[in-house]
Amino acid sequence: MTAELIHRLHFAFTVTFHYLFPQLTMGLALLIVVLKSVALKTGDPVWDRASRFWGRIFAINFVFGVVTGIPMEFEFGTNWARFSQLSGGVIGQPLAMEGVFSFFLESAFLGLFLYGEKRLSARLHWFSAVMIWLGSWISGFFIIVTDAWMQHPVAYSQMADGRYEVLSFWQLLLNPWGLLQYAHNMTGAVVTASFVMAAVGAYYLLDRREEDYARIFLRVGVVAGVIASVVIIFPTGDLHGKYVARHQPAAIAGMEGLFKTESGAGIVLIGQPNEQTQQIDNPIVVNDALSFLIYGTTKAEVTGLDQIPRDQWPQALPLLFYAYHIMAGLGTWFALLMIVCAFLLWRRRLFTSHWALWALLLSFPLPYIANTAGWVTAELGRQPWLIYGLMRTSEGYSSTVSSGNGLFTLLGFMGLYTVLGLLFTVLIYREINHGPDRPAAAHAA
Amino acid sequence: MMGFLWFWLVAMMIVGYVVLDGFDLGVGVLHLFLVRDERERRQTLASIGPVWDGNEVWLLAGGGTLYFAFPLLYASAFSGFYLPLMIVLWLLVLRGVSLELRNHLDMGVWRTLLDGVFGLASSLLAVFYGAALANVIRGVPLQPDGYFFLPLWTNWLPGVHPGILDWYTVIGGLLALVALTLHGALWLTVKLAGPLAERARAIVHPLWLLLAAFTVVSFFATNAVRPSILDNFFHTPVTFVVPAGVVVSMACIWWFNRAAQPLRAFLASCAYLFFMLAGACWGLYPTLLPATTGSANDITLGRAISGPHTLAVGLVWWGFGMVLAVAYIAFVYYRFRGKANVDGTEH
Ligand code: HDD
Ligand code: HEM
Ligand code: HEM
Repeated sequence: MTAELIHRLHFAFTVTFHYLFPQLTMGLALLIVVLKSVALKTGDPVWDRASRFWGRIFAINFVFGVVTGIPMEFEFGTNWARFSQLSGGVIGQPLAMEGVFSFFLESAFLGLFLYGEKRLSARLHWFSAVMIWLGSWISGFFIIVTDAWMQHPVAYSQMADGRYEVLSFWQLLLNPWGLLQYAHNMTGAVVTASFVMAAVGAYYLLDRREEDYARIFLRVGVVAGVIASVVIIFPTGDLHGKYVARHQPAAIAGMEGLFKTESGAGIVLIGQPNEQTQQIDNPIVVNDALSFLIYGTTKAEVTGLDQIPRDQWPQALPLLFYAYHIMAGLGTWFALLMIVCAFLLWRRRLFTSHWALWALLLSFPLPYIANTAGWVTAELGRQPWLIYGLMRTSEGYSSTVSSGNGLFTLLGFMGLYTVLGLLFTVLIYREINHGPDRPAAAHAA
Repeated sequence: MMGFLWFWLVAMMIVGYVVLDGFDLGVGVLHLFLVRDERERRQTLASIGPVWDGNEVWLLAGGGTLYFAFPLLYASAFSGFYLPLMIVLWLLVLRGVSLELRNHLDMGVWRTLLDGVFGLASSLLAVFYGAALANVIRGVPLQPDGYFFLPLWTNWLPGVHPGILDWYTVIGGLLALVALTLHGALWLTVKLAGPLAERARAIVHPLWLLLAAFTVVSFFATNAVRPSILDNFFHTPVTFVVPAGVVVSMACIWWFNRAAQPLRAFLASCAYLFFMLAGACWGLYPTLLPATTGSANDITLGRAISGPHTLAVGLVWWGFGMVLAVAYIAFVYYRFRGKANVDGTEH
């Protein structure tokens, strides 16, 4: 295996694992603010204990997010040294800002939130929940800005020695790609959290326990879930897709499996891209739909891979295609399920409709899959570029770190993260099994 | 000018990291042998629980700032120190998990395991940090393109082709271990009361003697591996206040600990760490990473620094962000002032 491939896998593995945690952190932070606000307003102890319960889950999840995030901060240097050397003047900026503006904020208020309940007034405790939410969303913003610059470089100039320097700070932060990506990605985080919350509610109801809490979880989860599941498709997914199509034609052609440039291009719902024959095997196609979604008319011409030089095709074409279709397919399922559940909730039938509760319960892993697949789409679609149009992935890795050393540490991370994954599962399962009524004293965060 | 400024800003973030995370690393080391029973363990952990993550953020924010202000240094050093850095990352992962999760697992065997992992990871991290600084002072085999790759060890001798570990960097690692353990012990005397605090105070004495010995040894060792380390001081003699500061703060640690003034003793220990690191930085300036392969290959400030616009913009948000950060930190320490909860069950 080449060193380049090892470094790619190294980064992909560690960041994919990392992102399993922040997506819940960011979504749940918002839902906890909702729970705590209701508790503060009504003084209802059930809502208060409900928010404390999710606070415990949040705390465990946050720890895993932190410890898997720390390696990420350094991997730009360890595994992508050439890239870092040339790009630090631009994206070092948002990356450092993430630390300065959000990690200090989050860690300070998390300490207060978890350890300070007895020392703070109810209002101040609510305030720390709000600050944690703010901190985690700021964190998401800066990291997305970093990624967006690699996807769609703006506001830079290149120095004589090849380094990139930032020209306009605000243009870098307000990169249109980044804003669209941020909206879509944060909605994805809310989807994850609302499915998790609704699933725990469904589990309790089906298990006939903690029923007061279960209803709260279902209500909050389904209301947030229906909003987020719609917004993730329209407008955010739709707009993001249009923007990708304009600026990364190769990526969209790969995602859609469009080998030939067509006017009135169709959307492949299901199929298998075949790189040899350059066509989709066993396709089910909706005619003209792609042209319409991207350009708003059924006749518009969409660039296919045939117009793109072979050395600029995304590698791993089938994986790109499948990842994108998994994301979009699951997105459709989320919207359908949540709309039905919201309807049942409104008609006061959700809590007794066992089939709907089962569907919610079994669906909780799916947003994780969709979010991961979305990132795989974005990152594979960018290939073979590391910075789109400017630097190839093959020019960016640490050439002084041999593939053997990279493989060694990749395996090390895999082992360590397997243990972490097991530990996480056990801890969360125990927390859910204890239920929200566990007295606060027995718990020490 | 910009270069000088950013050199010290990054250096101060690293100092901030060592001074703050230093005490919770030290508490981790002491956790291995100073603490007797479950109640004391809880007390000890409660003394760092609300703050350790914030302390570690100094490392992340410092790393990010280094990336943006000196990209070449970030790229070269992190890929060159690849293997030890990955070990440090694994240790940070293990340490964070074991510290936070012991309270979620109320079964005895698990707790013992996690306590052990926490203590060992803390100790090894202290050693690695000291060795890392010593590696930077000694220099690395930089190639003309600004890159290098270091094996973990070669023949234990500093030379043109050294390893991460040789006799000099081992001294650095042990110095850091002793200094941070002492720092942690002083923190415990500030935050705790009762027999554990007494034991922490008692152990300060032998640790202090060890630290004094290591400080002297490391001074001569550093002069041996990098004779130019004092040039800047002789060139600007007023900067000899820094080594003087080391001596004075050492004396203050001793004095205030004897006088049972724990907070002052702890602050003196902060000052000791500050002066030691500031002295090392000033000794190297304007070199950021010296080469063992000839000073033409040194990574210097001028070679590594980002462009003027980047740095000017950075100064604005950095200043603003750090004011906010210091405000949150002050707020948290203020809220958790006084002794950590004695029965260790709050939160
Ligand atoms: C719950 C998660 C989730 C769901 C249901 C969807 N997405 Fe998504 N999508 C993401 C989570 C996500 C993500 C993880 O947030 C990504 C990866 C990178 C990013 O910023 O957002 C993403 C990226 C992403 C991209 C950018 C790819 C690139 O940058 O090359 C497009 C075009 C879409 N999505 C479009 C859609 C559409 C049309 C959906 C409709 C069903 C959809 N997504 C559902
Ligand atoms: C927003 C922050 C992110 C940044 C700055 C970032 C940056 C990078 C970099 C530098 C690489 C290696 C170079 C390359 O292969 O192109 C990479 C690859 C990759 N990343 Fe991301 N990434 C981010 C988020 C994510 C997330 C959250 C995921 C997954 C859930 C992800 C999935 C991947 C995958 C699958 C690859 C491998 C692609 C390939 O090598 O073909 N990324 N990313
Ligand atoms: C290469 C990319 C990434 C890097 C360098 C990175 C870095 C980090 C670091 C160092 C932490 C720990 C902070 C602490 O100690 O408090 C962290 C946590 C976090 N990260 Fe990432 N991260 C990356 C990808 C992402 C992505 C793609 C997102 C989401 C859009 C994200 C969102 C968060 C959030 C919300 C947290 C705090 C909450 C938690 O720990 O769960 N990160 N990240």
